[in-house]
Formats: sequence, structure tokens, C-alpha cells
Amino acid sequence: MTKAHPWMANSVPSIQQEMLSALGLNSVDSLFSQIPEDHLYAKPFNLPPQLASEVALSRHLDDLMRKNVTCKDSLSFLGAGAWPHYVPAICDEVANRYEWQTSVFGSPTSDHGRNQAWFEFCSQIGTLVEMDFVGLPVYSWGCAIGHSVRMASRMTGRRKVLVTEVMDPERLSVLRNYCEPREMARHIEIVEVAIGADGCIDQNDLKSKLDDSVAALYFETPSYHGVIEGAPGTLCDLARTAGAEVIVGVDPLSLGLLEAPGAYGATIAVGPTQPMGVHMNAGGGVGGFIASPDEERYASEYNTLNISIGETIKEGEYGFGLTLFHQSSYGSREEGKDWTGNSVYLWALANAAYMAAMGPEGFAEIGRLIMARSRHAAKAIDGLAGCSVDLSRPFFKEFVVTFEGEKVADVNDALRKRGIFGGKDISGEPGADGQCMLVCVTEAHTEGDIARLVSALKEVLA
Amino acid sequence: MTSIGFLVNPYAGIGGPTARKGSDDPALAAQARSDGMRLTAPLRAVRAMTALVQMYPSVDILTGPGGLGQDIAPAASILPINALSHSASDTSALVAGMQGKVSLILFCGGDGTARDVAAANVSGVPILGIPAGVKMHSGVFARSPERAGQAAAAFLKDPDQPVELVEILDIDEAERRSGRLSAQLFSVARSPVARGVRQNPKAGGGDLLAETDAALAEYVRRMEHGCLYILGPGTTMGALKDRLGGGTLLGVDLARDGAIVDRDLSEEQLLMALADGAKARIVLTVVGGQGFILGRGNQQISGRLINRVGIDRIDVICASDKLNALNPQELTVDTGDVALDARLAGYWQVTTGPGRRQVVRVVH
Amino acid sequence: MTAPIANRTKAQFTGFQAPRWAEPVVMEMGCPGRRGVVFDDAPAPDLPKGAIRKTAPALPELTEHDALRHYLHLSQMTLGMMGVSLFGTCTMKYNPRIGERAALEHLADLHPLQHPDTLQGVLELYDNFSDFLCEVSGMDQFVFQAGGGADAAYTHACVTRAYHASRGELEQRDQIITTIQTHPCSPATANTAGFEVITLSLEEGGYPSVEQLKSVIGPRTAALMVNNPDDMGIYNPDIKEWVRLVHEAGGLCFYDHANFNGVMTRLRARELGFDACMYMLHKTFGAPKGGGGPAVGAYGCAEHLVPFLPSPLVVKDGDRYTLDDDRPQSIGRVREFWGNAPQVLKAYAWARAMGAEGLRTAADISVLANNYMDKRLSEVKGVSRSNPDVTAPRMEMTRHSVEQVTKDTGCTIVDISNRMTDFGIDALWLSHEPWLVAEPFTPEAGELWSREDIDYWIDVMEHVIHEAYETPEVVKTAPHNAPIHQIKGADMADPAQWATTWRAYTRKHAKRLAAE
Ligand SMILES: Cc1ncc(COP(=O)(O)O)c(C=O)c1O
Repeated sequence: MTKAHPWMANSVPSIQQEMLSALGLNSVDSLFSQIPEDHLYAKPFNLPPQLASEVALSRHLDDLMRKNVTCKDSLSFLGAGAWPHYVPAICDEVANRYEWQTSVFGSPTSDHGRNQAWFEFCSQIGTLVEMDFVGLPVYSWGCAIGHSVRMASRMTGRRKVLVTEVMDPERLSVLRNYCEPREMARHIEIVEVAIGADGCIDQNDLKSKLDDSVAALYFETPSYHGVIEGAPGTLCDLARTAGAEVIVGVDPLSLGLLEAPGAYGATIAVGPTQPMGVHMNAGGGVGGFIASPDEERYASEYNTLNISIGETIKEGEYGFGLTLFHQSSYGSREEGKDWTGNSVYLWALANAAYMAAMGPEGFAEIGRLIMARSRHAAKAIDGLAGCSVDLSRPFFKEFVVTFEGEKVADVNDALRKRGIFGGKDISGEPGADGQCMLVCVTEAHTEGDIARLVSALKEVLA
Repeated sequence: MTSIGFLVNPYAGIGGPTARKGSDDPALAAQARSDGMRLTAPLRAVRAMTALVQMYPSVDILTGPGGLGQDIAPAASILPINALSHSASDTSALVAGMQGKVSLILFCGGDGTARDVAAANVSGVPILGIPAGVKMHSGVFARSPERAGQAAAAFLKDPDQPVELVEILDIDEAERRSGRLSAQLFSVARSPVARGVRQNPKAGGGDLLAETDAALAEYVRRMEHGCLYILGPGTTMGALKDRLGGGTLLGVDLARDGAIVDRDLSEEQLLMALADGAKARIVLTVVGGQGFILGRGNQQISGRLINRVGIDRIDVICASDKLNALNPQELTVDTGDVALDARLAGYWQVTTGPGRRQVVRVVH
Repeated sequence: MTAPIANRTKAQFTGFQAPRWAEPVVMEMGCPGRRGVVFDDAPAPDLPKGAIRKTAPALPELTEHDALRHYLHLSQMTLGMMGVSLFGTCTMKYNPRIGERAALEHLADLHPLQHPDTLQGVLELYDNFSDFLCEVSGMDQFVFQAGGGADAAYTHACVTRAYHASRGELEQRDQIITTIQTHPCSPATANTAGFEVITLSLEEGGYPSVEQLKSVIGPRTAALMVNNPDDMGIYNPDIKEWVRLVHEAGGLCFYDHANFNGVMTRLRARELGFDACMYMLHKTFGAPKGGGGPAVGAYGCAEHLVPFLPSPLVVKDGDRYTLDDDRPQSIGRVREFWGNAPQVLKAYAWARAMGAEGLRTAADISVLANNYMDKRLSEVKGVSRSNPDVTAPRMEMTRHSVEQVTKDTGCTIVDISNRMTDFGIDALWLSHEPWLVAEPFTPEAGELWSREDIDYWIDVMEHVIHEAYETPEVVKTAPHNAPIHQIKGADMADPAQWATTWRAYTRKHAKRLAAE
């Protein structure tokens, strides 16, 4: 290379020469002597040309990325696992700090600040769900479900999980991978519980399926379709009476209004972290949390890294370090442990800043606003000819629009031409009767946005 | 009570240079004294003490007179013992005198000393060995004198530190003189678990006790109906036997259909049990710190017995930390039957956890 | 403070002091009624009685400024890459800011379920980068769904299940083989996926022998999962033969190619015979680590495994890109949607700025720098190299030991690492479990750090080891210039005292808090 590369300090030839001389060598090739000759790849590489100049690279990235149409260019009502919530500017500032972005584990002393921020992420999730033990986040909500179902299976020694018949297919697909195929000795069976006409769990069907082979019941409130479960405590009681764990999936932004899972008897709470100060990032903003009571039988089954507050050797000073670093199966349960690794810890810092800035009143306020806006949108859409919304169901943020004649795919194509991304097409999924669209309305949507959607839909359906 | 009992067997290790297999013979000690031989055990004890005091300067020490400890730890309180006998009885007398007064006994010696300490340690005070002997098969020994000192300090500073059961082995001297190596498992003692507080987030290790326990559970679940299981000695096997209704820690027991059916059998009795041609398996763990799976502490499982059961019907269960502490990473067999040992040599799969095995080379 | 010109290194030795803000836990801050974010008012909704929250969450009440300042203080108390960090096995790289800017500008507001017509840029990016990695590895297709290196290993375990199931052999093939020096994520994910794991031990050369491998392969073999070189810097020269033997037995071979930095452009996984491999974009390809993600384990495989890859797959249809979710043999999702797109963009930007010649230079520099370090470290009192019998130069990192220093002074590698942070050097990477080498440490210089940085790092280590001999107490009680002092640790391991949340802490330590 003729020019030194801006990202490689030692690409200056004279420095390489000096280092080689220190080793008594003329070229680097002999340093690769461990690799047998016939392992080496000798052909030239057919790669696009180097773009070492930042201005050229920047232009290339812009040219490439401008082929996208973003949810800012367009008006979007897509949710279903990645939601268009407002990201306060401080969250970006916090997450973009160079110290945090570029580092890796470090030690409790040298990287004290990040460890404290992690602890604060866990602490704030803990108070939202009213549970005492919270792990560092996992890859996604679906992964949190997967890990917690395996936790429950190890704890109970049972190999069946009950889920609702209506479940986000993305999350369900993730869960299936965690439950292992039928051929394997440690397969966990997934059994679906019916959803009643009110969009909530059919309690009779649940009772008929709960027995001493069930490791856990998993349900969400609000559900995939946005429905708020009316009697979550009853569901928990039923499952716990059968000796099963109760895993409840919650939208953290609903928790200013909706009861905390820890308060009505859930034994494990999971949920998404993206709504709290993280951009959608084409799906790359997702993350998941796992919380439970602070009892050894739960704590010892976490696959996550866990941060504890504790004392330093200086009187009165505290620090934050790993606890329960070695996690594994216990006693008679012949299960291996899951795994951990790089996850979404940077997002946990954005989440921590978000929760701290929101405070209790912020959560209540955003909950009310989301409910009001989504209800307003649902009512207006229900008033259109050719589609309907079941307004008898209490819902949060998302609701199902059923179309009488039009196909959702066509509706969405037509909306897109008008600069609007309609909701997710859920036609053909369980619980979707006919042509259905899952519409998401958040605090980021204005009344004007809703009016635009309604009038565009009216045109399309006319 | 955070004081420590400290004792040195000054003559430990003297058999080594003279190619003796141990230093237990009182005549050896007498000869060493008259020859003015340089004793190595006190030097190793000094190294451990230095490490201990460095980490815990205010440590409160109880020891014996002169070479038994006082020479090395002059500031210590001294347990007066009657007539110095320059033999095992010094050790026994000191350990007896320490009962109820200390929370840890740190001794310097080899397997013979460990055995004497364990025998006199009637109230089960945790013990820890500074390695200084010729034979150090027992699990009580730290890997170096410094580590012994550090582990002792850590234990004293935090009395809630966990202890684990370790095996005390020794080679039977009478047998040795007649030319046979036959280590015996003498007893089991409590010893501090040397566990550093590691802030090591990328590692994937597990809780090894729980791993082993889960491995045993899985093993029990998969035990074949009607098959006789010959279960060797050791703490891991003890835990397996507990799952089958309880057996001996130091002996070889027999199980069938999920329950122990006979305990502490000799080679003859084991062969008798197989006389009707029953199918059998042998289950072993790695005994002591030296990586032996056959020929140390389990001589009842003889070459004849192994030939009768079949060499491909032996299972080994052992925690991965014990395997990975071996240097080199090898296991050893010494059945006394050289031809059989050669056939046993090769790569074995040792069960280390539920659904987990590690391959280890077995040598003879 | 400005260092005197004559001897900067010396000045750095004494000049460092980490920021030390006495920052309370956020839960203790603020006062009732303060607000950090406000929204428009809306009426209280009609909710089912059983669903209404009774007690408001006990979150802090702060101004926006307080919240921001608190987290900026915490960020300042994170040393990380602000000093010199040669954290081995993580390949500490510069994370170009251009990638950050582009990702925030172009990807933040994309939704993964948008119509593909509106995702043409990001889908083209995926396709381009898959092509790039295919060229570098010899594989036929890459996917980016896995949320980290371990998740890519898990992807492989799932693909292995699907592959054998498609041949009716899954029940029979229930064992995955790995080595003790393979990263723990391979055995852990294999085990989670339901396989029995067989771990090979090291032998004389620093790697398991072909004989040992032969003793375990057979009709139950589902796959081999290994990394090479390992994190001691040892390259297994028999790896081609291993792959051949495992294939012969009917198993798949997965190359955890996370230790790729030293061999970039010198070898390709596919040419060694592997069916699949994994690159860590947050390691080798310049995307930031974020203190532990968001990350990407880019998983690539040869044609025969493509049908089993997670969905959706980016496919090119003429000059249009689409997302194919209709793939009957696919394992489905290992994580929702199609991956951490911003990280893919950053890695792509890094790779384009490097090009083939940049990759070669980077590989050469990392191996050269590591051997330069080896040389200098071999002259430091009490430091020894793992596998002393292996005299060949190591790859991009080497496992060393300070066992002798510990023997002589009682100072452990953890003490030394703690003390080094007093000079602006973030914690050392020690070793994966198990610790086959006593008192280990594993530095990796990569291509980022200058020779001056590397020299400084070694100077500091030498200085600290000297201190260990002269004033061991200083080392054992370190750090002294960090934001906080050494943690005790024992309380964090005690179920009665540990607390992962403020709720747990206030419950368990109520008495003490009341006394304060
Ligand atoms: C060789 C190797 N493989 C896999 C991983 C796991 O990667 P991650 O933490 O992204 O899951 C690492 C971690 O650095 C590694 O060094």
C-alpha cells in the first residue's frame, strides 16, 4: 500500500520495518509458518475497489441508502414487533457516547460507569414489572420468551409450554427453535390455548390443558393483536395451581396504566426493550428483558449476565459487578444451560436514560396518549365503509382492521402510492378472520396523521 | 474464631531424593537428623506462610514447637506437646490439640501427613495441604505453597467461604515393600474451595457441582435394567451412590435396577457376584489429584474383573475442572496387569455434565 | 494537563486520573413532581378492572438535563477504548464514525415489515455484503439474523438439526464435537439445541490429535464446531484432515471464524472444506461492540445448507431485491426480523474502506504486532508464554502467564490488570474457561493500535510487575486512580445480599439504609 490507512496506525511502512527488524525479519510471511502451505489461498480476491477516502465512502453509503423510503419519508402504521415510538434526543446522545459504543466488558472498576448504568436499566425494569430480579437484556423479546420457557422447563422438570393460539409469528418461530424438534430427547412441546371472541384467553380451554405436565403458561397483555387481558390474575392463579410457571409478556410502555405482572402473580415477566428510546433500525433495534422474583430457584436459571450492586473495599462506597456468573442446571433436572454472549447492552443504556427521563408520570401520560390516539384511529376507521374494527375489545396501541372486500395487500399498495405504509398484513394468520391488517398508532402519530390515513383508506375503499 | 492451625512435618519429602516412595519410615527421619540432611519441607512451609501473612498480616496462628511450626512462625502461639517423637504422633498430638481452637488447619507434608492429620481431626475442621511430600495423591493439596497460603488467607478472611469434600489417599507401605503399588482411599476431609472472585464475563463455565450432579442424574436415568453396576470409590461416586439409596464413600459397591444391592466388596466378592454371567458395567471417577482412574484406591476393580466385564464397559464421570487441572491432560491406569493396561490405553470419553463429555487420553 | 515533550511515556505513567463523579444510583435522584419528558394530555381510558395498575412505578423524577448529565457522568467513568485496550479475543478496532452517522441517518426510521420496494437500499446492502463475505470465505450465502457470534453458532446448531432431519438422520446424529480451546459458545449452543457435546482435549502440539478425533466420530456425529486459530494463537495444521474425516462420517463442519483477523485473505473456510462459518461483524469488521451488542454473527454456508438458513432471505430478482419468507426447509427465525441492519451497514462501510489490500495489510499488521509484543513480553520479568514447546510464531494473539510473578510476589494477574487500569489501560482479557494456563492474559493488538500504544502497554505492564516485586501492596489494592475502588465481590455472590435491582437492594439492606 502506498498511502497509510486512516484506521491503521502501523500501516506506515517504516514502522512495520522497525517492528520486523526487532524480530530479525525481512518480511511478515514467515510469521505465518504455522499454516501449512496447502491451506493458503493464493488466488486474487474479486472484491469491490477500496474506498479509503471518507468522502467517497460517505457518498457511496448515501447513494445506496437513499434507495430506501423511510417511515419519516412516508407515514407508517406498522408495528408488530418494531414500533414507531418517539426517541427522545437524549437517548441517542447517551447511546452514541464513544466510551460506551466502542468498549467491551472491562472490569467493575475501570468500566464502573457502564456497570452502574446497566444496574439502573435492571432496576427501572424491576420497578415497572414489580419484580426484584432482572437480568441484562437478551437479543429480543422472542429470545426472552425462549430462554424463560427453558428456565421454566428446567425448574419444573416438565416439557410442555402453553401459548396462545394468536401469537406473533416472528416470536413463535423463535420460540420453536428454542423448544427443539420432536426428534430430540429434550424437546419441549408447544400447545396452543384458544382465544375467545373477546380476544382474551378462553379460560375453559386453558383449564382443560393445564395439568402436571405443563412447565409454563405464556401469554401477553396487550396481546399481539393489542388486546388487553381482562383477568390476568385469574390466568396466573390457574397456571400456578397446576404447578406451572407463568410467563407474561408485556409492553413496557403500557405499564404506567396496566397492572405490573409481578403484582398479579406472574412468576416471570418478559418484553421488548425497543419501545424505550431505541429506533426501529429496520428491526435491528429489538431487544428483550427477563425479570422474576429474586429467589435462588429463579436466579440460578438465568442465562443472562447479571449485575449486582455491592461494596468496594472503601467504606461506604459501592460498585457494580457480575453475580451468578456461572449459571447452569441444578440437581435432578437433566438440562444443560443456555448460552450468553454479546447481546444488546448498548440499547440497555438508551433504555435506562429513557426510563429515568420518563419517570412514573411520563409512563402514565404516554399510556393515556397512546390509548387515546389508537382508539380515535380505530373508531374513525371503523366508521368507514368496507372495513371494521371490533371496538368492544380494550386495546393498547395496536388493533385489527378487518376488510370486507379488498385484499390487505392491495390496500397497502394503494396506500403506499399515497405515501402511507399501512399496517401489517396478517391475513391467513391464526385469529385473523379473512383479510386483516394490524394497525399501530403511537404517541408519535398526530391527529393529522390519523386523518390522513382515514381519508386515504376511504379513497382506496371507495 | 478466625485463627489458623499450622503444622509442618519437617521430614516430609526426604524419601524423594533417595528414590524412596515415601518418607513414612521413622528410621528415615532418624537418619536424616544424623546426616544433617537439608530438609525441604520447612522451606516450602516458609513460602506458604509468606503468602499467607502478606494477604492477612494480622492472622492469628496456633502451631507446635520448634520445627513443627514455631521456627517458621515465631510470633505464633505454641501448643505444648509432650516429648517430640519425630514421628507421626507429633502430627496427631498437634491436630488433636487444635480441635475447637482453629477454623482451618494448614499443614505441610505429603499423603502420609495428610492421612495423619485427617485421622486425628475428629471434629472435621477444614484442612489444607502445603505440598511438600513425595506422594501427593490426595485432593487436599494446593498446587503450590503460595496458593496454599493465599487460599488459607482467603478462607480465614471470609468464614462463609465454601468447603468441599476431598479425598485423602495414601499408598499402602506394606504393599509397596512387597512391590505392589496400591493406593488406598483412607478418608474424606473438608477443604476450602479455591474459588477466585472472577469477573470474567466471556467465559462459559458452569457451576461444576451442579453440572456433576445433573450428569449423575442423567446417568441414573439411563441405567440399563438388569445390568449390574460396579461403582468405584470417591466423592463423585459417593454422590451417585446416594442417588441409588446410599453406599460407601471409600469402597466398591454394587447396584442393580436403580438401587445399591451390596456394599464395600472385595475383588473376590465382585467376581462372585458376576459368576452367573450377569451383564455388568464399571463406573469410575478420577481419584485424587493425579489423574488415576484404575489402580489407586480401587484395586478391588482388578484386571480379572475388568476382563470379565469387558474393557468397553467402563464409564468415567468427573467434573471438568478436575480434568482440566491435569497437566499433562492425561488419565492413568495401573491395574498391575501390563497387557491389560496397554489395551486400556487410548482416548476415553469422560462424562463431565448432562449431555457433555470430554475426551481424555488414558496412558499407563 | 500537557505532557512534557521530552518523555511523553513517562508523563502518561503518572498523569492519568479517571473521572470520579460521586454519582448516586439514579433511583435515589430527583424529587417528586419533576419531569424529564412530557406528552399531551389525554383522558384516562376505560380499562378492565383487573388490568389497572394500582401503584405507580417507583421511577426517579428528574429534569431532562439531570437525566442526561447523570448518564454522561457514567459514560465518562467508563475507560474502555479511551485509553489503550488490547482486549484479546475481541479484536479491538476503530469503529469509524462515518458508519454511525450513516446508520442513524438512513436506517433509524426503517421498519422491517415495510414493502420490499421501499427497502431496496438496505436489501442491496445485505446482498452486496453477503457477496463480499462469500468472496472472503468461499461460502455461497451469508445471513445476518443472528444477534451475536454465539447466536450464529446457535444458528449453526439449528441448521445442523434441520439438515439431518431432512435426511431422516436427526435422531441418530445427536452428538456435536468440539475442542477445549474452542470458544464456549459452540458447546453451549450445541447443548441448548439438544445435542450431546463431546469435547476434545489438547495434546502435545497445543491441539487435539487426529487420532483423538477419530476415536469419537461415527454414525452419531452431527457436526464439528471449532475455531482456528485458537485464542492461544495456535493454528491446528490438521484441520483439513479433520474436516475430511467428519464429512466421511456424515457430519457437518462449522468454522467459528471469529479469530479471523490474522488470517484474512490468507485462507478461506470453504477451501479448507468447511460447510459453514461465522464472522463477528462487531469484532473483525469494525462495527462497534457497544459494551456487549447490538452485534452480528454473520453466518455463511455452502450451497447444500442454503435451504435451511433462517428466513427471510434477501434474494435478487433481476435488479430488484425481495425478502423470501416462503422457504419450507428453513429453520425459521433465531431472532425476530432480519438482523441488526445498522451493524451490517457499519461493517460494510468498514470492509469497503479496507478493500482486499486493506484486509491483507490489517492481517499482516495484527500478526506482526502480536509477535512484536511476544518478543517484548518475553523480556519482561516473570512473564511466560503458553505452550512453550511451540516455537513457531503465534497468530494474532498469544496466551501469556504471570504465574512466576504470582509465585514470587503473591500478586495475581487480576491484581496486575487492576493496577494497569491506573495508567489508562482497560482490564486485560485473561482467558476463557477453563484456565489451562495459570494466571493467564491474552493481549491482541490488531491493526488499530500504534506501535507507541503497544510499547506503552508493555511499559505499563513491566512497570506494574516491577511494583509487584517492590511494593506488592500497591498492586494488590489497586486500582487507585479509577472511579471506584476494588469491589469486594463476596456480597455479590451471596443470595442474601446480592441485588440486581434497586428494589432488591432496598429490601435486603433496609436496616443499613435506615441507619444511613
Ligand atoms: C472465537 C469466538 N467465538 C465466538 C464468540 C462469541 O461472540 P458473541 O459474544 O458475539 O456472542 C467470541 C467472543 O468474542 C469469540 O472470541
